[in-house]
Amino acid sequence: MSRLPRARELGLIGCHVCGLVCRDISEPDAACPRCGSALHRRKAASYTRTWALLIAAFFFYIPANVLPIMRTVSVGDVDDNTILSGVIELWVKGSPDLAVIVFTASIVVPVLKFFALGLLLISSQRRSGWAQRQRAKLYRLVEFIGYWSMLDVFVVALLTALVQFGFFSQVEPLPGVVFFGLTVVITMVASMTFDPRLIWDSRDFDD
Amino acid sequence: MRIVNTVPNGLSAFAIDICENPPMTTPVPGSQPDIAPPRLWVCEHCDTVYHRRELACGEVARCVRCDAILARYHSMGVRGMLALVITAMIAFTQANIWPIVTLGLNGQLISTTLWGCIVMMWKDHSQVVSVIAACTLFFFPIGKMLLLGWVLLFARTGRRAPGFRLAMVTLYHIGPWTMSEVFVLGALVAIVKAHMYFDVIPNVGVFAYGVLMMIITAFASIDVRRLWDLTEERPA
Repeated sequence: MSRLPRARELGLIGCHVCGLVCRDISEPDAACPRCGSALHRRKAASYTRTWALLIAAFFFYIPANVLPIMRTVSVGDVDDNTILSGVIELWVKGSPDLAVIVFTASIVVPVLKFFALGLLLISSQRRSGWAQRQRAKLYRLVEFIGYWSMLDVFVVALLTALVQFGFFSQVEPLPGVVFFGLTVVITMVASMTFDPRLIWDSRDFDD
Repeated sequence: MRIVNTVPNGLSAFAIDICENPPMTTPVPGSQPDIAPPRLWVCEHCDTVYHRRELACGEVARCVRCDAILARYHSMGVRGMLALVITAMIAFTQANIWPIVTLGLNGQLISTTLWGCIVMMWKDHSQVVSVIAACTLFFFPIGKMLLLGWVLLFARTGRRAPGFRLAMVTLYHIGPWTMSEVFVLGALVAIVKAHMYFDVIPNVGVFAYGVLMMIITAFASIDVRRLWDLTEERPA
């Protein structure tokens, strides 16, 4: 594998924004001649920033799960729902198949993201050569599925706008949904900040 | 279909390619020298360098090292893309002006649009969610469609639209933040949940969103960055 030339070894940089291959002149503020975006061999301070964002996201994720996301008022009867209880309600009363989709989007995907990004960060920082191809695929999976977690947030927004029958029935958003929305946004930024090229900067590619 | 590998064949071959790429300088808008057609691909995900090759119908070039997609054969030309964007705009307009779904309880009917949700979340002390929804479901998608439409309108004749560079850079940055397809699934879940307690009547909006979702899926495999290669800067 190591016989495949990499841009850094050849003194080249591929522009992330427009795809142009440029010669690396080793200037910190180099810009792509075609689209004007900043060029860098690796995303700046990728490890530090991704760790910081991941930890921040985790701190938002706890209240997102513990606090209720939605209040249903029905003829004076108040019922607060967390993400998990919403899934259970859907499973018991409605359709189990949809409950599986919501469970995947709201619980499996965020947890997977934390584990996957943590794993990628630790293994890349140790410059490990272990399962690089699989790790690269894991990263692409995280990037691809990340934004589907927003599902529950949109469900709450729609129900809030729809269920406005005054005393008979009313739905209100609760703080949990705000934390959850922020968690999704921050984990998305975290996965964008991570530079997948670091996976391949293992010991045999030392600079 | 999976076809790979314009595997590079030695460093000497690279020197030629590299010389044909423009030297890296801070760009001066408008006064760029002609940029030679790029001859290399660099894998975004692992930094491996390849010689470019024309792809035949149905071919997908994948990175040998990390299996990421380097490029696809595009059966759809600029005109086709423009048609798709215009269709998306029509579907998006319909999806936003008509109510998505109507609920009924004891003869009372309530329906909402996307903006109804955004306004209601703002009033109900969830301004953060309201802003996220407004950006990812309205401003970014509409910005994406308008910018793409603008750029493609000129690209039909191989020209770069005024503000091409800014439009393309903006498109790259807002790309991951459009979530209309998630909203469609969210609407389905909301309908099923509401159906447990209320009469539910799906409206035009939700169907328009369904159409929009199909167009987004069709667009998912198109890398708009190829417009950089398809167009060239010409004096206006």
